[in-house]
Amino acid sequence: MKELIIILMSSVLIDNYVLTKTLGICPFLGVSKKLDQAVGMGLSVIFVMIMATCATWPIQTYLLTPNGLDYLQTIVFILVIAALVQFIEIVLKKFVPSLHKSLGVYLPLITTNCAVLGVTIDNFIQEYSFVQSLVYSVGSGIGFLLAMVLFSGVRSRLDSPSVPKAFKGLPSTLIAASIVSLAFTGLGGIIENLFK
Amino acid sequence: MEKKNKLSVLTSGFIKENPVFVLVLGTCPTIATTKGVISAISMGLAATAVLICSNLVISLLRKLIPDKVRIPSYIVVIAGFVTMVQMLMHAYLPDLYSLLGIYLPLITVNCIILGRAEMFASKNGPVESLLDGIGMGLGFTFALLCMAVIREVFGAGAFAGIEIPFLVDHCVPFLVKSSGGFMVFGLLIAIVTAISTKRGKKAPELGCSGCPAAKFCKAAAGDDVECVNATAKTEGGNN
Repeated sequence: MKELIIILMSSVLIDNYVLTKTLGICPFLGVSKKLDQAVGMGLSVIFVMIMATCATWPIQTYLLTPNGLDYLQTIVFILVIAALVQFIEIVLKKFVPSLHKSLGVYLPLITTNCAVLGVTIDNFIQEYSFVQSLVYSVGSGIGFLLAMVLFSGVRSRLDSPSVPKAFKGLPSTLIAASIVSLAFTGLGGIIENLFK
Repeated sequence: MEKKNKLSVLTSGFIKENPVFVLVLGTCPTIATTKGVISAISMGLAATAVLICSNLVISLLRKLIPDKVRIPSYIVVIAGFVTMVQMLMHAYLPDLYSLLGIYLPLITVNCIILGRAEMFASKNGPVESLLDGIGMGLGFTFALLCMAVIREVFGAGAFAGIEIPFLVDHCVPFLVKSSGGFMVFGLLIAIVTAISTKRGKKAPELGCSGCPAAKFCKAAAGDDVECVNATAKTEGGNN
């Protein structure tokens, strides 16, 4: 149990996918202008990360590794994730239209999001069991949501001050992201001090 | 005339249409793998190899692939080449393989590669696509190298792992952290913005042209969206 909490905490705060591992930057910079969009995107990413882990972990463990097909990991995972996202979209549209209405727009964005593929591959690099992988994917998703929400708050204030002409737009956004990311480095020692 | 044209295809990826600083594609590996010069160069060259091969193959297959399933088909081609590069590096360059770690398989979803497939290889012949792949790949490597030199020399006081006598005592560790990566990238983009506005060109914006999700991004973000130069159509099967 303690180990699971450590995985969860460190994937949310320390190895944050966006701010520390710098994966999934495109949606982080592209869809973080408004809070509700940031929340919608973050929730969809959590959802897809969990589903993707549920799908890819058994495939790798029971299908690829026993047959010596480990090298097909990248191809299989990206296809599984792409198919899964399409499938989830169809199912939500048919059975839970209210959820589809709020999350539906964000789902296709996630197919080529490197954070999702990253989590599924990372599960095997870290040699996690199925439960640990699930916790890790939930944590990574929450970390993504947290980064998106915090950054959308920062960005809403970024438009008002007058910045030098060359820094307007993308450069100032990136530097703001740098400062948010710097705040997360401050959390570095939290696991050692809390649990060890 | 035609020869000059081909030369310009080759060179445009380097400065004029640099994939990182002008088109702003592939931001994730740009920040993640530029902590050191060695990882930056190996990432750049691995992506270049994939880009050249995938551009060539996609341009050869461009008339055979139906429009509706083209993005999934491109992804399969790209993932195939990424797997090959992974296996080759695992066998012959195991140190670099473990240095790049997760970022190596993630070349599959690097938007430079999908972006060039969508923007260039699907519309041009194999020779041009090959040259475009070489130019863009080297442009990507060059951009990564620029960032890595700044970050490693001033952040770790070293160059490609070799310590620089004076700087090693006066380094700024912030630069080799990911927050420093965002900062250096932002500053370099600001320089590019300053130069391009001086020349009356458009300032660089977050590149969505290669992203198959750009249309959804636009829909999700409403009207005020950064992905203004999105031309990509969406994946098949949504309709």
